Amino acid sequence: MDLQIFLIQVLNSIQYGLLLFLVASGLTLIFGIMGVINLAHGSFYMLGAYAAFVLSGLTGSLLWAIVLGVPLAVVFGYVLEWIFFSFLYRRDHLQQVLLTYGLILVFEEVRSLAVGDDVHGVTVPAALSFSIPLGSAMSYPVYNLVISATCLVVAALLFALLRYTRLGMMIRAGASNREMVRSLGIDITFLFRVVFALGVALAAFAGMINAPASSVYPGMGNQVLIICFVVVVIGGIGSVAGALVAALLIGFVDTFGKVFLPDYAGMLVYLLMAVVLLWRPEGLFRGTAA
Amino acid sequence: MAEAMLAANRLTRRFGGLVAVDDVSIELRSGQIHAVIGTNGAGKSTLINLLAGELIPTSGSISLRGAPVKHARPHRLARLGIGRTFQRSNVFPEFSTFENCRLAAQARYPRAWALHERATRCRASSDAAARALAAVGLTARGQVPAGLLSHGERRELEIAMCLAADPTVLLLDEPLAGMGAEESQRMLELLRRLKPERAILLVEHDMDAVFAVADVITVMADGAVLASGAPEAVRNDAAVREAYLGDTL
Amino acid sequence: MSGARRILPWLGLLALVLLPALAGKFYVELVAKIMIMAVFAMSLDLLVGVTGLVSLGHAAFFGLASYVLTLATPDKYAAASLWTSLPLAVAASALLALGIGALALRTRGVYFIMVTLALSQMVYFVFHDTKIGGGSDGTYLYVKPALKLGNSVLLDLGNSTQYYYAMLGLLLLTFAFLRLLLASRFGRALAGIRSNEQRMRALGFNTYAYKLAAFTLAGAIAGVAGYFAAVQFGFVNPEMLSWHQSANVLLMVILGGLGNLFGAIVGAFTFVLLQDLFSSMTKHWLLLMGGFVILAVMLLPGGLTRADEAWQAWLARMRRG
Repeated sequence: MDLQIFLIQVLNSIQYGLLLFLVASGLTLIFGIMGVINLAHGSFYMLGAYAAFVLSGLTGSLLWAIVLGVPLAVVFGYVLEWIFFSFLYRRDHLQQVLLTYGLILVFEEVRSLAVGDDVHGVTVPAALSFSIPLGSAMSYPVYNLVISATCLVVAALLFALLRYTRLGMMIRAGASNREMVRSLGIDITFLFRVVFALGVALAAFAGMINAPASSVYPGMGNQVLIICFVVVVIGGIGSVAGALVAALLIGFVDTFGKVFLPDYAGMLVYLLMAVVLLWRPEGLFRGTAA
Repeated sequence: MAEAMLAANRLTRRFGGLVAVDDVSIELRSGQIHAVIGTNGAGKSTLINLLAGELIPTSGSISLRGAPVKHARPHRLARLGIGRTFQRSNVFPEFSTFENCRLAAQARYPRAWALHERATRCRASSDAAARALAAVGLTARGQVPAGLLSHGERRELEIAMCLAADPTVLLLDEPLAGMGAEESQRMLELLRRLKPERAILLVEHDMDAVFAVADVITVMADGAVLASGAPEAVRNDAAVREAYLGDTL
Repeated sequence: MSGARRILPWLGLLALVLLPALAGKFYVELVAKIMIMAVFAMSLDLLVGVTGLVSLGHAAFFGLASYVLTLATPDKYAAASLWTSLPLAVAASALLALGIGALALRTRGVYFIMVTLALSQMVYFVFHDTKIGGGSDGTYLYVKPALKLGNSVLLDLGNSTQYYYAMLGLLLLTFAFLRLLLASRFGRALAGIRSNEQRMRALGFNTYAYKLAAFTLAGAIAGVAGYFAAVQFGFVNPEMLSWHQSANVLLMVILGGLGNLFGAIVGAFTFVLLQDLFSSMTKHWLLLMGGFVILAVMLLPGGLTRADEAWQAWLARMRRG
């Protein structure tokens, strides 16, 4: 493999890994802080992508679609937590699994009713639709670099939020010890709602920003969900740093796997999970929030 | 002199920066009740968890009848004859009191592959359960779901479950907590009856009970051993008196 | 209420026995399919309801057995013998369950759920991406397996009525076996693990070994169900191994009620009949299904077989005002 192709695969790996991180970070925080297993998390990614499709169609610009879409996602997450998820905290894992599975079905069908089942594309913004040359023969789409850069910025903002703000401190405390946070008199209801909305927004944003680079299709939520579960298992529940490491690891294994072993690429990620579990059954960064 | 059944040498357990158990050595001899006392946070429960295999020591060693068992998991230690009770009653709430003990006794006669035999017809475990319940005085409450027992009765069930498997080493974590005077007396009588041929570790807060029944007392403070020896010697130990200033010894 | 509770199972059995005499081929085949799903659901109840292990990957063992049968029948000229292909398929499922269980049971709680999901997805990808079973298109079962003794055919699995009674027999056999298991020492130990695993370990039970044994056994029984599902369906594709299938069977078990085996049977009937009903009503029947799932879990957390308890509890709450 020559250097240029290698470089392209590295860039692809980082892009995929960072996108996974955005979706998985919300999942791991919701697990860690609220103790809720949420199968519908992949649906937020899918809804984000479809929202980007619809809104960019209406406004003619991806940027506007994102500017409008993210606040919508926050509100949606806030309301969803309020009317549905807050009832799940007292329930056991089995009931949570089935209730959120029911939610997936509802989301899929509502999307089907509203927008249909066709596969769609979202056009890359004109200003970014060129490619950078890499060496003499290859080039790389600038928009993909923009995706990676944006995800990196969002990740940095997330870490800054967790490390330097009061809200972040409450989130980190809640991720490692829910009861203590409650007894400290922190308004747990508000905290849960905010964390959930944050998780939804991150997943939806990932869906929106990636929409031009891959297609928008009905099953995309389910696919990303299961990989995100693997990210959370490998990284450790409640650990955002773990999610980042695991997501990048998976990004590389999956991308290079598709190059070298195309028939078995789908299984490699799970093999990786199996190897990690043999060594560390609770994930690489168990118990640490950030 | 009775041989040491369970011996721990320089046991230490760290949790990050906190040293919960600090260089503790202790011997449990057959025919003796060895009490461990100390204030809250002194490391007593951590010590029991280390001896019972629930926690792995950061350093130090543990041996059972001379053989090293430092990394053995709880179920292996239980099969080797170590029985324990928990500080907070840890029973099977949906099962009847009798079934709780029967299941505990079944651990000794698992025969798990005998799928065609009804568990409740197993004479070995049923008899052992009946004996254990009789020893603590809970025979009449046998059919009550364990979750519905009173606090004192649940502490008694806790002991009964430990006894049902007929262990040679007993690690008892505050068995008298929440018991009335009469129940406590019954329990101490039971411990005296069990003493021969068994080594008993008794972690307790009730000083009267400890001095009434213990053959050896170890005092812990901040994870380390403050003093250890015969009850009178411990009672008169200067360091112990200082640590317990104001406490009635 | 308890009088009705005792009579209902026998009435149900009577209805199942009499069905082929009273109803047409369509219903006979439908109920046969439901009975296979009931066996599948009971195997999961052993894990979830009895041992407390929530597995979201149980379809892997169901689907693998289907594939093994189909692969053992390479063309329409040679029917596989039931005597050899059934044990082979079940052994394959059991072996897979042993492998997946050995790894997954190193984790607990939420991790366990996610790992069972992920590992069964791996199995799904093996059959979806590679050519082994015809890839994503699946493959046909060219001829149904034969149950022969010497040269005489004991059972014609192609005949709807014979097949139906064979499945009824399988349902009763599985039910009886599992009931026996639950009452045995092994079964009581599993119940103890569900109730308080830490205490079981402290008492001397090697809980990992017990859980692995239960997981493997459940996988084997799921394999039996998968084998006969392929026989009836005549076709196998990766969707039989998908996580949707795993979620569906999990739903059946919780719908009916955990731990008593009847719940699995009731849940299977309810789920399949509802699925048929909803899909005949609208193209977007998944919406109805999703809504139903949410309502059922919210309102009847103990399942249909405990509906009378839920009703009493609701009445008591109303009386307290």
